[in-house]
Amino acid sequence: MTRLFVLRVVVLLTVVLGINYVTWRWFFSLNWDAWWIAIPLVAAETYSLIDVTLFGLTMWRARTRPLPPPPSEDATVDVFITTYNEPIDLVMATAIAAKNITFPHTTWILDDGARDEMRLAAENASLGYITRGDEWLDRPRHAKAGNINNALMATSGEYLLILDADQIPRPSILDNTLGYFTDDKVALVQTPQVFSNVATGDPLGSQAPLFYGPIQQGKDGWNAAFFCGSNAILRRDALMQLGIVGYVRELDRSIVTALRSATRVVQKSRSHPAAKNPAVAEALDAVSEAIDTAKDQIKKNAPFAEITYDLHRRVDEATMSIVAVDIASLDEDLREIRALAEGGVGMSPDEYLVDVQTSLTALATRELSPLNALEAVQAALRSIAIDRPDEAQPVMPLATISVTEDMATSMRLHGLGWKSVYHHELLADGLAPEDAGTMLTQRLRWAQGTMQVFLRENPLLQKKMAVPQRLMYFATMWSYLSGYAAVVYFAAPVIFLVLGILPVSSEVFDFFIRFIPFFLINQLLFLIAAKGAPTWRGQQYSLALFPVWINACTTAFHNVVLGTPLGFAVTPKTRQNTGPQWNLIKIQLVVMGLLVLAVIIGVIRLFVNGAEPIGTGVNIAWAIYDLFVLSVLFRATTFAGFDPKET
Amino acid sequence: MEFRTTLLEDNIAAISGEGRLNMVSAAALREAVGEVITQDRIRVVVDLSGIEFMDSSGLGALIGCLKTARQAGGDLRIAAPSKQVTMVLQLSNLDRVLKSYDSAEVAYRD
Repeated sequence: MTRLFVLRVVVLLTVVLGINYVTWRWFFSLNWDAWWIAIPLVAAETYSLIDVTLFGLTMWRARTRPLPPPPSEDATVDVFITTYNEPIDLVMATAIAAKNITFPHTTWILDDGARDEMRLAAENASLGYITRGDEWLDRPRHAKAGNINNALMATSGEYLLILDADQIPRPSILDNTLGYFTDDKVALVQTPQVFSNVATGDPLGSQAPLFYGPIQQGKDGWNAAFFCGSNAILRRDALMQLGIVGYVRELDRSIVTALRSATRVVQKSRSHPAAKNPAVAEALDAVSEAIDTAKDQIKKNAPFAEITYDLHRRVDEATMSIVAVDIASLDEDLREIRALAEGGVGMSPDEYLVDVQTSLTALATRELSPLNALEAVQAALRSIAIDRPDEAQPVMPLATISVTEDMATSMRLHGLGWKSVYHHELLADGLAPEDAGTMLTQRLRWAQGTMQVFLRENPLLQKKMAVPQRLMYFATMWSYLSGYAAVVYFAAPVIFLVLGILPVSSEVFDFFIRFIPFFLINQLLFLIAAKGAPTWRGQQYSLALFPVWINACTTAFHNVVLGTPLGFAVTPKTRQNTGPQWNLIKIQLVVMGLLVLAVIIGVIRLFVNGAEPIGTGVNIAWAIYDLFVLSVLFRATTFAGFDPKET
Repeated sequence: MEFRTTLLEDNIAAISGEGRLNMVSAAALREAVGEVITQDRIRVVVDLSGIEFMDSSGLGALIGCLKTARQAGGDLRIAAPSKQVTMVLQLSNLDRVLKSYDSAEVAYRD
């Protein structure tokens, strides 16, 4: 209680001192002569203030939960191990560990790669094995979310433990977590993801001790602990409910749009040459009337099954009537042909047949075929279907709007009123990527997925969630915008030291009296919140990977707004290649070069030209700090992989 | 749980069962419906009068069966849901999709 009290005081102080500093920066210290750097800098500082405020809100109710009650003995559990292209040995190590989980359960390998060796290995260990069926051919596969959705239809356990192929579960993982589900409203229990193959000092920043700890505990305090894709237990009924509500919503949306476009298509068909045929005009009238009835029925909230059934039946009848007309006119044509033939030379039956076929082809392709006029209308109406023909499964329990299906799914669960739990106990040992390239791919994917959710289902607009829950999701999305702020934080000292342009216009004392207290209390907040967990590596990466974050924001924007594919990458679970991978950090190397140059120029100005000491000194210190932050990338790119002897 | 299939007039197949339509029995329902459809009885009605409890997996099975029936050119309808089942249909909004008929016999009388 006392710790939480101190924490809250520090949070309040941080926010108050932050507002004090940033307000002063906006209104009293902007160097308008250099607005092109002054405005970006103050914007970046405002960004950081909002970031730390959201962090403070997260910490406000951080809680360590008491142990849950014992699980209900008759609970049934399916353990899902998701894999795509990971080595068979790695998957099997996880699968055997999963089999040895003490609480009764069934273990399944969900092999999205449909590999024969994998099937064989699963069978030999008498484990369940699931791959996608034919219904997924030529339809969106939705990556891991699709893999799990497919398996949900093939299994029947009350609860599901989801494991990535590289997360080796401990035997007690179910015993220690299932008890939370004795609360009927709990849909999700997330446990930490911690990696056992991480070298001393964590050069690749694999561990996330702040996230799988204080941050998740903080979100948990607001009933907003996230689903993180692996090491989590989910309630099947909650997921299925999500799928059904989503199905109905999707149906509602698609039927209304399809009816609207069908009306337009009917209008267009009326100007088709064939529409002059009275039978066709009559059929178009009938279709048009059927569409209007359907629209009317939707307004009256009639069930979709009934509306679509009646609509299709009426359209089929109209089509049939035209087909009848078509056949009648075909007969007429044939009679004429025969009459011509009889008038001339006699025809053998064979010749007659050829003749009929030619006429038939001509009929089917001729512009004036009455059926032609209805073709477009039929195509438009086919999309009004109750079975979502564009998807492999009508019901998609796990959200498919993002490459990080996990976050989107838990957000929707919270929106339906379900509760989530963060259980802070290490119950699985993970394997982290062992090279910088793989690590960067993984970070890019997380960031892209998060921004997709932000753009597609902005949490701030999700009225069914409580305001703090919305802010908890927003906080994580906000943190991925840090790339833009980082650019400014790297540029500002370079611009001052090289060009002599200062974005801040103020007396030195006025600046420090406001900045130093905010800066110090900010550091103190992180120190207290982290409870001794190492957070420096995480801070370094959040700044140093700025090109990744910016790339993620732009690609996600292009994907959601313009429909450009993201270029989805599965994170490789084994080391990719050896040797330093300098090409991965080209941009950061350039930035480091500029910072070194700036420091050298700054030192020359200070000692040779006798420049104003405080401003120059502060900026030299700032540039050195930036270099220190970026230096993490040297260790990352030269890291030769994990050697168990080292630790 | 076992599902029984009875043939009504006009080649309409009525499927009924007693007990809980949940994650355990959902597969059995999908199987029963799949079977009548392969026998070319594409107009199906699921008689829910004996179902005392249904969960989201049961609802999911109904949607799956509706898809199967529609793809075969037929239809799937539901009849006589109990109070609990009606509530589940409303809570999940599935009552926006499926109309509940009073009995299996009247489901196709339109």
